[in-house]
Amino acid sequence: MKETKYSICGMCAVRCPVAVQVEDGKPVWIEGNSHDGGMGRSLCAKGGAAFAQRADKQRPTAPLLRMGKRGEGQWREASWDEAYDYITTRLNAVIAEHGGRSIMFSDRGGPFADLRQAFVKALGSPNYINHDCTCGRNVHHASKSVYGLGRKDFSYDYANARHIVLFGRNITEALKVKEVKSFLKGVKNGARVTYIDPRASVTAGKATRYWQIKPGTDYALLLGIAHCVLSNNYYDLDFAERYITGLSEFKTFLAPYTPVWAAEETGIAASEIEAFCRELNEDRPKVIIHPGWMLARYRDSFHASRIIHILNALMGSIEQPGGLFYPKGPKDVGKSGLKSLAALVPAVSEERADGCGSRFPQWDKGAGMLQTAYEAIETGTPYPVKAYFVHRHNPFIALPDTNEQRRILDKLDLIVAVDVNFSETAWFADVILPENTFLERDDILRTEKGLKPGFGRRQQCVKPLNNTKAGWEIYLDLAKRMGKGEYFPFKSIEDIWQFQLQDTGLSVADFDAQGFVKLSDKALWFDRDKLKFGTESGKIEIVNPKWEAMGVASLPPYEAPVPPPEGSFRLLFGRNGYQAHGQHQNNPILCELLNVNKLWINTAAAKKLGVKDGDQVRVESGDEQGTITAYVTDLIHPQAVFMLHGFGTDVPAKKRSVGKGLADQMFMQGKLKEWDKAGGGLNLAESFVTVTPV
Amino acid sequence: MSKYIVTQNVADCIGCRACEVHCKDKNNSGPGAFYCRMIEVTSSAGSLPRIDFVYLACFHCEKAWCVDACPTGAMRRRDKDGIVYVEAKSCVGCKACITACPWTVPQWNPETGKVGKCDLCMDRIDEGLEPACVSKCTTGCLSFTTPGQASESARQAFAEQLLRNRR
Ligand code: SF4
Ligand code: SF4
Ligand code: SF4
Ligand code: SF4
Repeated sequence: MKETKYSICGMCAVRCPVAVQVEDGKPVWIEGNSHDGGMGRSLCAKGGAAFAQRADKQRPTAPLLRMGKRGEGQWREASWDEAYDYITTRLNAVIAEHGGRSIMFSDRGGPFADLRQAFVKALGSPNYINHDCTCGRNVHHASKSVYGLGRKDFSYDYANARHIVLFGRNITEALKVKEVKSFLKGVKNGARVTYIDPRASVTAGKATRYWQIKPGTDYALLLGIAHCVLSNNYYDLDFAERYITGLSEFKTFLAPYTPVWAAEETGIAASEIEAFCRELNEDRPKVIIHPGWMLARYRDSFHASRIIHILNALMGSIEQPGGLFYPKGPKDVGKSGLKSLAALVPAVSEERADGCGSRFPQWDKGAGMLQTAYEAIETGTPYPVKAYFVHRHNPFIALPDTNEQRRILDKLDLIVAVDVNFSETAWFADVILPENTFLERDDILRTEKGLKPGFGRRQQCVKPLNNTKAGWEIYLDLAKRMGKGEYFPFKSIEDIWQFQLQDTGLSVADFDAQGFVKLSDKALWFDRDKLKFGTESGKIEIVNPKWEAMGVASLPPYEAPVPPPEGSFRLLFGRNGYQAHGQHQNNPILCELLNVNKLWINTAAAKKLGVKDGDQVRVESGDEQGTITAYVTDLIHPQAVFMLHGFGTDVPAKKRSVGKGLADQMFMQGKLKEWDKAGGGLNLAESFVTVTPV
Repeated sequence: MSKYIVTQNVADCIGCRACEVHCKDKNNSGPGAFYCRMIEVTSSAGSLPRIDFVYLACFHCEKAWCVDACPTGAMRRRDKDGIVYVEAKSCVGCKACITACPWTVPQWNPETGKVGKCDLCMDRIDEGLEPACVSKCTTGCLSFTTPGQASESARQAFAEQLLRNRR
């Protein structure tokens, strides 16, 4: 029997809607869920390798208990009962000695986090943390400080844009299927694309203008652009009048930052900056200046992103076709939302170990901040942190300096990893609880915001091949064993779904036909005369007094980056379209596309070193070094070198990829302690390495 | 040339290599074997970098070198539509087709010791579906079409662009 099941891809954190055909219990075909017009049947390479992931045995296939020392890789298979007993015994000891607050949990956030947040709360801990310190925290906090709204409170209407401006937002490779399709539609419709990046990614090849900016000077370029836009009145005066505060302070602040000044700083000619600004003026309000997705890069990324948020407002592109729009939720169309599972659990009033909302008053409590939680583990302040659940999150390669992280995490009494793969972090854990692949698991329902809001469902398409479980089941089991069953009055995923849908008038069966339910047939746009922002003034605040009171200057003067010392280069990293976050380099199909990374180095810089394309070079920083093949090209700025992220794993169980290529984060020594002080994003593009021929 | 052709709109291709993966996932081509491949062509001369990807599968030649070279008749053309494919049970792994094809398109499968190649996913075509690579291309830049249609739509697109540019 052949049937089609609609679900949500889990090969990366984009979570695209998919259709899976199953014949006699076997998965035979996967494609995009074409009921979603923006998706069609399209599926990226990672999604296309989902069946290969399921069949792959180089993954945890049963609960594993650590035998030797942490990280040694001596594992013993255990029953789920035994693994649960192991965890609860240690967890109870930690709670008895230090309280529930000494437990922390990290994952990669997303629409299914509600249940995991409920779990952490039920254990009495405020320390739920997501991965965002290495992703969008700077963008998010910048958005909060300008609009009083989070970064996910805006979406982008690329298809109708006249000008799309991307500051390193590598939209074609760090790809979201629906986004890239909509982007290409915009390009086909004649949108201009300005791409700014020290390295020309594939996206640069789609651009109508590419600026190879000096690394670390985005803020300078943005100040120059803002100067030019304001001094020439290249902005929407009506919109600014109505919605923006702080414009005159902004003008005063910008006075020294002329295009000529910016040219000096960034290497981009003043005439080009001026031409670009004239185009913005022609193209507005159908202008999208992307404020960044992953922007844990420079020490001033928060402020760069902040200027972008301000420029979008100046373009008048808010809630505007071809510009930015508010993704609408159920309430916006007069409907009830999904009921929250975390709301079933009493609030935890403890201060957070990572200091979000206390030591760092400007940072959101919801997502936490992993690097300052590490400080708490290290120092025991504000209180000891002793147990760590790491859920399909891989800080060892996402955050800088794996060795330093190992040293810190080794202070914990218990590390539990829940994962589909052998992540580098899981390999260091005490227990690995293997999770079903996304094809094999249900998840809680998700809210899908947009012009037409709705809900979506990931469902089990095929039975697990191995002795693994779904995340929801694992956390329910553990909560019950920890005596917290009262907060989880569910026996099955259907119970959970029914609970979530309680107020919506919908039933679980409503998801069978298409995998999602839309709450509105027509696209909803808000009245542009009545826009609301979340700041205290209700306006878009160029100068935000609340944030200033928390110690974050709204308009700090520019400080030039330290140039790399002679013979050194700034280390940049990124990804291609088919392997992300080190999760796919060992996939049986995806490993064949690329099994080793190279070092991009500028032609002139390489010549100086006597390095030719294809030569082996030694990369060094502190006591870390490694050999890699040089890719000599003009497509990268002379001050920088670049490598793809996620290579060079040291996990021997990943036989196809172990030891192949270099791991950028290893070279970011000392960077666990350096982050953007305003936004909290780690400074992942502030490390220097030396390169020498071998 | 088979009656079909797969065309690629290079401007919309992002080199994401999903086509290669969808093909491998469907056709189990074996380690290292790719029935279609994205070839990257990069140039940094000029003010804008050129980073393009060209889709190369099999041309399903009218007078197919591979078919002529095959001693066992395993490599063959389908009468009704000219699709060139390998009948696996007759393939002895001599690799004559690989040598004969001007573009070395036939792929060696080290696990089976036989050759495999793009058959335009003819089982799917026979069901009225499109080939895997075309169906699921991330950006929709591949089209499964006929030479006649391909020419029509290319001319149409060009005409539209011409008028747009004149405005
Ligand atoms: S981008 Fe690709 S891997 Fe990620 S969810 Fe979408 S289809 Fe899956
Ligand atoms: S799937 Fe489509 S966009 Fe991606 S490389 Fe292949 S042809 Fe290009
Ligand atoms: S394998 Fe080569 S010779 Fe044979 S049909 Fe294909 S392109 Fe032509
Ligand atoms: S048509 Fe089918 S066999 Fe040929 S390259 Fe595409 S997916 Fe592979």
